[in-house]
Amino acid sequence: MARSLKKGPFIDHNLEKKVTQMNESNKKTVLKTWARRSVIYPEMVGHTFAVHNGNKFIPVYCTENMVGHKLGEFAATRSFKGHSGNNKK
Amino acid sequence: MARIAGIDLPKNKRGEIGLTYIFGIGRSRAQRILTEAGIDFNKKVNEWNDDEQNAIRKIVNDNFKVEGGLRSEVALNIKRLTDIGSYRGIRHRNGLPVRGQRTKTNSRTRKGKRKTVANKKKVTK
Repeated sequence: MARSLKKGPFIDHNLEKKVTQMNESNKKTVLKTWARRSVIYPEMVGHTFAVHNGNKFIPVYCTENMVGHKLGEFAATRSFKGHSGNNKK
Repeated sequence: MARIAGIDLPKNKRGEIGLTYIFGIGRSRAQRILTEAGIDFNKKVNEWNDDEQNAIRKIVNDNFKVEGGLRSEVALNIKRLTDIGSYRGIRHRNGLPVRGQRTKTNSRTRKGKRKTVANKKKVTK
């Protein structure tokens, strides 16, 4: 079920604080974050986030097309390497 | 012969059903179009006169995205997902279900015909 419009998009507070800080001081650093559930909002475009996938941090560079998606969508938690004996392709 | 949105509609079907042969129009939209045009649902497609056909054509053109335009929109949406490298895009790329369905069994629509693995040992008792 979709999230209620009344609430607006979910943005992780700590992450939001850090991003506004970065935008004010015009710095661009890679932000380590575990907030996979946080929505990518327009101010985040152009920043890189290191999103935790449960094992390590995956660098995610935010572009305009990604706005409205969540950070976790870009850091896969599973790595399927194919079945054994499936050497073709 | 009624030609709407670039495709021929089947002649001998009821208008309500005939309109659903257009990609992007299902039963509910077909009904809405016909009520707006003031045509009986049960009137066959080949019984529509020119005025009625034009009325339908106008309604379809003004209100709905159908056929080629709709198809390209859908393809574009999928392309956007694959380009940004999101989870849904990757699922589209791999031809697997996108919305979290199980893949241990079923999901044959997305995966296609079963590919049997040769020499897979059967469980014997």
